[in-house]
Amino acid sequence: MKKHMQFILNGHEVTAEADTRQSLLSLLREEFELTGAKEGCGEGECGACTVIVDGLAVNSCIMPALEASGCRVETVEGLAGPDGSLHPLQQAFVDFGAVQCGFCTPGMVMSAKALLDEDAAPDEETIRTAIEGNLCRCTGYKQIVDAIKTAAEKMP
Amino acid sequence: MSELNYVGKRIPRSDGAKKVTGQAIYINDLKRPGMLYGAILYSRYPHALIKSIDVSRAKALPGVRAVITADDVPEIPIGFIKDNRPLKKGKVRSMRDEIAAVAATDPDIAAEAVSLIKVEYEPLPGVFTPEEALAEGAPLIHDLDFKGRPATSNKVKLPWKLVCGDPDEGKSRAKHVVEHEYRTTFVSHCCMGASGVVAEFDHDKNLTMYSITQIPYLAQGDYLEALKVLGLGRSKVRVLCQTIGGGFGSKLDTHCYEFIAILLSFATGKPVKILFSREEEFLAQATRQPTITRISQGCDENGRLTFREIKMLLDNGAYTSWGATTPSVMMVPASSLYRVPNVFYDADIVYTNNLYSQAFRGYGNPQATFAVECSMDELAEAAGIDPAEFRLINANQPGETSPQRFQITSCGLSECIEKVRDGLGWDQHLAAKAAGNHATGSKARGMGLASLIHVGGGARVYRSDGHGMIMKLDDFGKLSVFTGAVEIGQGTESTLRQVVAESVGLPIEDVNIVSHDTDICPWDVGTHASRQAFISCNAAIQCAGELKKKLFALAGEQMKADPAELEMREGSIFRKGAEDQAMPLLKVLKRAHFSTQGKMVMAETFYDPPNEMLDKEMKGNLSCSWAFGCHGVEVEVDTATGQVKILNYQAAHDVGKALNPLFIEGQIYGAAVMGTGMALTEELRLDHGKVMNGSFTDYKLLTAKDVLPVTPIIVETFDPAGPYGAKGIGEPGCVPSSPAIANAIYDAIGVRMSELPMTPERVLKAIKEKNR
Repeated sequence: MKKHMQFILNGHEVTAEADTRQSLLSLLREEFELTGAKEGCGEGECGACTVIVDGLAVNSCIMPALEASGCRVETVEGLAGPDGSLHPLQQAFVDFGAVQCGFCTPGMVMSAKALLDEDAAPDEETIRTAIEGNLCRCTGYKQIVDAIKTAAEKMP
Repeated sequence: MSELNYVGKRIPRSDGAKKVTGQAIYINDLKRPGMLYGAILYSRYPHALIKSIDVSRAKALPGVRAVITADDVPEIPIGFIKDNRPLKKGKVRSMRDEIAAVAATDPDIAAEAVSLIKVEYEPLPGVFTPEEALAEGAPLIHDLDFKGRPATSNKVKLPWKLVCGDPDEGKSRAKHVVEHEYRTTFVSHCCMGASGVVAEFDHDKNLTMYSITQIPYLAQGDYLEALKVLGLGRSKVRVLCQTIGGGFGSKLDTHCYEFIAILLSFATGKPVKILFSREEEFLAQATRQPTITRISQGCDENGRLTFREIKMLLDNGAYTSWGATTPSVMMVPASSLYRVPNVFYDADIVYTNNLYSQAFRGYGNPQATFAVECSMDELAEAAGIDPAEFRLINANQPGETSPQRFQITSCGLSECIEKVRDGLGWDQHLAAKAAGNHATGSKARGMGLASLIHVGGGARVYRSDGHGMIMKLDDFGKLSVFTGAVEIGQGTESTLRQVVAESVGLPIEDVNIVSHDTDICPWDVGTHASRQAFISCNAAIQCAGELKKKLFALAGEQMKADPAELEMREGSIFRKGAEDQAMPLLKVLKRAHFSTQGKMVMAETFYDPPNEMLDKEMKGNLSCSWAFGCHGVEVEVDTATGQVKILNYQAAHDVGKALNPLFIEGQIYGAAVMGTGMALTEELRLDHGKVMNGSFTDYKLLTAKDVLPVTPIIVETFDPAGPYGAKGIGEPGCVPSSPAIANAIYDAIGVRMSELPMTPERVLKAIKEKNR
């Protein structure tokens, strides 16, 4: 059954008709064509689908879309500036080799963004805890942690 | 060579911005007009006869466009020895056996339709270890062998036997001999992007495969074979690789699901997408080859190796993919890791009712090196020599030919061992141990080393190890490079761009890499064997030479100069030594093009490295450069819980020349973590052929919290055959992790771990057995 919903998506007010069984990930990907967030497992175990809802990093694959009603939802597509300039986190991910196959990257970046929004100067332990739920098979995490540290230092 | 603008620099990857903004298109993101969604029904039994299949309810479900079983389609033989079929007829041999498939307008409908298919089975007794499969009276998994003759046993007849020198003489000369058995298990690639494909026929029955393969041109051949079987002998196949969410060897074969997508698309006339769930990825994507290895080796009184003998028993699973060919690479460390004059290697590959295996980063090398390097430590102890010293005594040296006839040109093994030893504080640890000052008891500390040899200059596993390349300069001074290379995340396109900019003499922003399209890009054997940077960058250097020949001929005319005296740097052409009187490339190109009988500048090349196929005795210079490395770890073993903590991890690699240190470090960090996962936590558990832990909750990948303090150490030896001296680095980093950790555990608590993964349970069990 579909229900009407309204929320703020990357700074814009939007409406949608979401099925009661539909996940937020599916709504973002299918209705809004925001395919940055990925389904890596569909069970909330890998973090590739991470988006930010009201300041919290969530696994959008297991969050019912309707629960985002009235919320502020941020996806990786909303990070870059209007002129296309990369967000400091995105830039640091590129510069530090934190991206290889890139499948986990949008989720990883959003987990990091949620952390930095909350804690502007996290230590390494805090960074690692924030991305613990984001699996990466390529990088071994080191360059990702370095990128997040550097972005934190650079961000105003 | 002295002034390099791009090669050797830490230049960020060119597809980085696309990937951090979510713009990169993976197979998950791809939709085609009118596309249907495919789903597959797998077996409920590991070994059974299929008595009947009833698809009527599935067919009747609204939204279902096709339901197919083996009865509806011609037989398409697939796999290394063609013992597999996309859909199984009459009999299932493993839990992943594909029985039926559905195409529907929506993935949920497809899944529901699959659940409505009724299959009646008659279960058969199964065999789930190679030993069981070889026992007398064991049920035969295949009635016929791959040549169509009645099968007499479950052995897969493949020629994996190597004898170098005189092993018996080596044994008789040995002062110290050790012997042990080592076991490795099923490991899953766990690409973050699960498998998927879209198959689409056009009106003329030409096929386009939107694919994630690592071998687009070999896959093209396999798909063409399938089309022939479908009566489409004149059809063409185009493979378009999407952004690939991880490879690690998992996409080195063409898989059942790809052919099923073709069959469904053929049946419906619509594009059909199959995208694996994570559960399916664990079940129906083939694993790393499990091994049982009996190794013995010996050395003389000076610690010099006199022989090495390895016998392996490999669980092939129910069908034959590349896992069965991994002995060709397992032989590499068996014969040529350290100088050992006399070698015996033999592998038996046996069908079971388990999942089958395929290529996985290192291609069998990690499994073989686990045995070789643990055994090296045992032998060092037997000989009373420090394990680091023992390795240095036996280390390969440049200029040698190994017993398997590998020509070792550059070799930094000794330097790698020394650097790792220093990075660990090995000598201080030895001194502390001798003085009784090191940590023992419930939190015991220990150090361990392990080295590696791997192909670093391509690998001639097919008749051709080549790479085609085309370069095209446009009217705006930009260069398009058409390459068959496949980017699987390792950064090959970005490295290639650096080397092209360097060798042609252009600003890197003016180089555009065009890839992932078999219609446009020339042939390449595939992204495997750590070969892509080596081969494609060598091709680029060769092609750049051809391009500049043509360009300088035109520029010479225009500049009234001898083409042989011309050079180009950052898009400016000048006489050597007269850089101030340069002519912009753009001007040369425009003048040449926009004139009567004008010309454009393009070049093409096919680079095939000077390496050899193994001969009938399994000897020959398989790779024209050899990669070496050494890993060393310090561990803390909690003897109360069996937990192994890694305190220090030094990873030294002889990469020839670091084309981009940022990427090389990325390969080393990632591979060391992958290797450590294989060593400590990763095991796809099968119970009577059934996957028991097919999810990320139960299959233990390391996370960011499992802090692995890896220090990458880059050793440069400038290989004469390598592009700017470079050798391969994609696979080597995961090869020595397991034995280095096992050796460190032994050093800490005196317990020899001989089975992977070395979980806390296994470590505790081994401690108990030792104390018994």
